Amino acid sequence: MSIGHTLLGLLESGPRHGYDLKRAFDEKFGHDRPLHYGQVYSTMSRLLKNGLVEVDGIEAGDGPERKRYAITDAGVSDVALWLATPEKPEPYLQSTLYTKVVLALLTHRNAADLLDTQRSEHLRMMRILTDRKRNGDLADQLICDHALFHLEADLRWLELTAARLDKLAEAVTR
Amino acid sequence: MTHHPAGSLLAASGLRKTYGPTTALDGAEFSIHPGEVVAVMGPSGSGKSTLLHCLAGIVPPDAGSITYNGQEMAGLSDTQRSALRRSEFGFVFQFGQLVPELTCVENVALPLRLNGTGRKEAERTALAWMERLEVDDLGAKRPGEVSGGQGQRVAVARALVTGPRVLFADEPTGALDSLNGERVMELLTEAARSTNAAVVLVTHEARVAAYSDREIVVRDGKSRDMERAV
Repeated sequence: MSIGHTLLGLLESGPRHGYDLKRAFDEKFGHDRPLHYGQVYSTMSRLLKNGLVEVDGIEAGDGPERKRYAITDAGVSDVALWLATPEKPEPYLQSTLYTKVVLALLTHRNAADLLDTQRSEHLRMMRILTDRKRNGDLADQLICDHALFHLEADLRWLELTAARLDKLAEAVTR
Repeated sequence: MTHHPAGSLLAASGLRKTYGPTTALDGAEFSIHPGEVVAVMGPSGSGKSTLLHCLAGIVPPDAGSITYNGQEMAGLSDTQRSALRRSEFGFVFQFGQLVPELTCVENVALPLRLNGTGRKEAERTALAWMERLEVDDLGAKRPGEVSGGQGQRVAVARALVTGPRVLFADEPTGALDSLNGERVMELLTEAARSTNAAVVLVTHEARVAAYSDREIVVRDGKSRDMERAV
């Protein structure tokens, strides 16, 4: 995820301090990975340097000065361009799971066991996400669903591979 | 000798079942505790549904032991097994389970009526279950007049109306889209947990299995309990 673009997008609704930005980011997007203050300030200085934000005001407090940032017209155009550009689909061609299955077959270990164990681990994570979804709001449900559908895709691959293990064993040990 | 885990409500060991030349079950094991949701997973033709049918006493296994509440099922007569199914077990299938000539509330009340409950009381209990499954406004409609998701919730209400101790669900969301399927699973597992019913959930869908507490995998008629395997 582009942190710069996300912070810019959050600024579109009005100027904010770095601390407010971090809080808004963590609340909406940082469920598992909240931002470090350092990341916020380094990102804001880069956006400032590139003319995508400007300093809207400075407040002196007990601690260091607090800058309030506002998005510029160039910043708004940058957010619009980012939103309009599709993300590159990731084909995961260098899958660790694939490598493990092939290596298990090459070394005459039990590849079916490996797949069963992996399925169980995927399901464990899916149960955690399903629980979180049950107890969460709509935003939680959407973010968990995204993860659940990806895990499900992995599982479908696991099932298909399990069904093809004999053929795969023949092909890789030939 | 058969070994069934302590405290299990329904348990099976060494189950074998063949249909002509086809071996459907080849030494399958199973156990479930009250209030537990266990997913039975595995590829098509692996023996999942046969396992469910044996556990529910619908099909007798060729060999092996099944105990319900500590009692050996093979020792029961056909009549006793039918009575057990009617009073202790509930069933939800993929589709085609509601009687098209009856209204939805009559469908839900049907198991109670078959057990001898009067019409008024049966329909009152049925409506309470329909409310829990969020379909109480469909009472007067016939199954042909409701959507697939609604019909499946009516079917879940019917399966739970007698207060079964084990709910057997065979691909209960197989004919539904994601959103409806998930809602059915949420309501089904919530309702089962609130009554401490055990749920045997046959599914090939991982997102459905994610509503379970643990899964067993059936492959080539053999089962594998993943909780004990890991």
